[in-house]
Amino acid sequence: MKTNYQIVIIGGGPAGLAAAISAYDNGEKDILILEREEKTGGILNQCIHNGFGLTRFKESLSGPEYAQRFIDEVEKRGITVLCETTVLSVGSDKTVTAINEQNGVFTIKANAIILAMGCRERSKGALNVAGSRPSGIYSAGTAQKYVNIKGYMPGERVVILGSGDIGLIMARRMTLEGAKVLAVCEIMPYSSGLKRNIVQCLNDFDIPLYLNHTITKIEGKDRVTGVVVSKVDENKKPIAGTEMHFECDTVLFSVGLIPENELTKEIGAPLSPRTRGAIVYQNRETLINGVFACGNVLQVHDLVDFVSEEAEIAGKSAAEYIKKQNGCFNEQDSTNQSKNSRDCVNCDFGANVSYVLPQMIDKNIKGSVKLFFRVNKALKNCMVKVLSGDTVIATRRRPVVLPGEMENITLTQEQIDKIQNGITLSVEV
Amino acid sequence: MEKVVYDVAVIGAGVVGGMVLRELSRYNLKTVMLEKQSDVSMGQSRANSGIVHAGFDAKENSLKAKFNVLGNEMMQTVASELGVKYINNGSLVVAFSEEEKQALYGLLQRGKINGVKGLEILSKEQLIALEPNISSDALCALHAPTGGIVCPYELTVASIGNAMDNGAKLICDFEVNKIEKCESGYVIYSNTDEIIAKCVVNCAGIASGKIAGFVGDDITVKGRRGEYILLDRESGDFVSHTLFFAPTKKGKGILVSPTVDNNVLLGPTAVEIEEYNVDTTAEGFAEIIKKASVMCKNVPLYNTITSFAGTRAYSDKHDFIIEESKNAVGFFNCAGIESPGLTAAPAIAKFVVEELVSKRLTLNKKQDFNPFRQADNFFKNLSNEQKNQIIAKDKRYGKIVCRCEKITEGEIVRAIHENPPALTVDAIKRRTRAGMGRCQGGFCQPYVVEILARELNIPLEKVTKSGGNSYILRGQTK
Repeated sequence: MKTNYQIVIIGGGPAGLAAAISAYDNGEKDILILEREEKTGGILNQCIHNGFGLTRFKESLSGPEYAQRFIDEVEKRGITVLCETTVLSVGSDKTVTAINEQNGVFTIKANAIILAMGCRERSKGALNVAGSRPSGIYSAGTAQKYVNIKGYMPGERVVILGSGDIGLIMARRMTLEGAKVLAVCEIMPYSSGLKRNIVQCLNDFDIPLYLNHTITKIEGKDRVTGVVVSKVDENKKPIAGTEMHFECDTVLFSVGLIPENELTKEIGAPLSPRTRGAIVYQNRETLINGVFACGNVLQVHDLVDFVSEEAEIAGKSAAEYIKKQNGCFNEQDSTNQSKNSRDCVNCDFGANVSYVLPQMIDKNIKGSVKLFFRVNKALKNCMVKVLSGDTVIATRRRPVVLPGEMENITLTQEQIDKIQNGITLSVEV
Repeated sequence: MEKVVYDVAVIGAGVVGGMVLRELSRYNLKTVMLEKQSDVSMGQSRANSGIVHAGFDAKENSLKAKFNVLGNEMMQTVASELGVKYINNGSLVVAFSEEEKQALYGLLQRGKINGVKGLEILSKEQLIALEPNISSDALCALHAPTGGIVCPYELTVASIGNAMDNGAKLICDFEVNKIEKCESGYVIYSNTDEIIAKCVVNCAGIASGKIAGFVGDDITVKGRRGEYILLDRESGDFVSHTLFFAPTKKGKGILVSPTVDNNVLLGPTAVEIEEYNVDTTAEGFAEIIKKASVMCKNVPLYNTITSFAGTRAYSDKHDFIIEESKNAVGFFNCAGIESPGLTAAPAIAKFVVEELVSKRLTLNKKQDFNPFRQADNFFKNLSNEQKNQIIAKDKRYGKIVCRCEKITEGEIVRAIHENPPALTVDAIKRRTRAGMGRCQGGFCQPYVVEILARELNIPLEKVTKSGGNSYILRGQTK
């Protein structure tokens, strides 16, 4: 078994696949993708609804169709993929320890690593929901796996907490399979899902959406028999007297996605508490030399089109990194490099913005930079402003911005050259 | 057909019943355990603080004190034999006022009388050196170095499994609803079955009063419900000792403790209950958060992964009842075994078998009693070479099913078929820890359900979370 590769990609979902293709097409062919499920494609495999690829392919594809485009390209290039293989740990020296049935526990030495592990769902357990703990409670993604991959219905009368995309999609999915979805509850005053999903998943099926509401109690001995839903105040505390009772046998929780960064922490790459993903430069390199991150493990995306775009940057950067390593190998920079050969500026978030990615721009890396960000409230007729001190570097008008829809603004090379010290991105009305 | 006459029937598959069953299995006796739930360890032993108490808290000369200290001394050996985790991390009772400080001296005295070793009062500086996250309002603490932590259901499962490996029988889904005297001893009835045994040991937890009542004993056993919050292993270093508040009449109060699996446990509350109830409540959560924040600064609540509740049964005598029935010869009651019941369990079991059962049955030691059992979730702690040796023999150990806790398919399959067999999703969780990680089964539950269906040869719709009507899947899609 080959035990060293130039590039090891952890995760064979849309991010890992796109990164592999990009690294290959940018000159590095010695690539290994490690994927823990039976096949690549990641979470797209269970997203059988369409709407994927509108930006990238100008088509409305289902998840598996979108994934297949990349799976085919990976196969065409003969890139090695190991499925049903779980990475157990990664050393700071980029040694990857993994396990599968054929090879047992084995290690791979990598020169560059691309982290593409995606994210997990926040569980109901993290919310301290009062009541009993019967069967019939699922995170929306787990329910989606049962319905779309295994072909089984979790239950018949459903209440959903969380109006993010997964909750909305599952409201429709369960309805299409014959379940009665009684309500979608959302603790915030707005839904964090895509506008089109509110229309196509709730409105089109007459499923009520209760904003500013949450589930305050679960009932049922062996299996769920009902939930209590209450309105919440500005502090997200339940308001007495507003309780509604729903008789149901199934409760879905769609309450947030958390990037799966256990391995990232192990490697020692610092994370941003805002994105819960690694801190990266515009080329998607983390603060550990030769370790790159892309996709949901870096920042939770709404559109897979941007995952692919981001992964392509990471793949290209990893290939360039290897070229530089082989071209001018320098013992001193083989481990944790500080900023000394970089010309870095920090990218900070300002008014109405919850985060900006990348968190750092290296002016020595030439090329335009697309800054991704999210706002923390819904705003209309606003201006995105990128400032360096008092100097306005770039602006962009937006008619509507929502927390549930990731935004971006591109800085040209010229604009980047004007930056002194750092930039702040804010959104103002 | 001749019905089997067991020598001893143990009612209740909790830690006390489990330890009793294991003690009995050292001898040439036909033993059976009867459990009303679908699996073992689903009562008090399912959800408690897992503390191996030092023994300074129990009233002097009580059975609690006696069995606590004896059990504490036995726990390391029992845990090693059974392959369960035990950490002698030490207990700290923290005082926040002069009054509480005086109470600590009272506990110190009491502990000495009870035979507890190594007790000392620590100053504020000493306390902070041991526990940097302790609140700055803490004045001093009682340090009990013999205190420890164990996983209550891990210990229970292992004791019953070991007893079964040595010949004991387990019958689940057997809810006792009547007991009658007969020529051989006792007939124990459920809705659908009956068991005959010469002797009976009542270890039925919150139902032990009811069971005792079936033979005419008047024992009042009441219950309290206690809620807990569990924090991610990522916060596992938040505290290293088990931190207690000075005790009140209602019990030991809320504690902040590491667990043997490196989580942090906050709780329990204590609310009187009329009947079995393990719901959590908003009030309970609020109380836990409030008290934990009094004990420690910057409690990492953002790392909450789950919350749950358990029960504890207490007798109105506020001490253990461990004795032969007044009305029924050969019928032994272990009732009102609240804290320090877990710690005391090995010692209670030894006493019940060697001092009580021995008076009614002849005990002949088995030549081939095997006290050892391998740990249930053991794989991730092996070296890579050891792992590969196992995978070469059974490749299912090469497939990770629970990613958060790194549990393999091999361990899950083993749990389904070993003693005591895991037949539900929760039973697998209890033994292997699959589903106990930060994603709480979000990724692994579908795989666990499939493995159960395959190994038990049942359709997926028949797989349950914990028996009864707790099905996971309704049926196939259209």
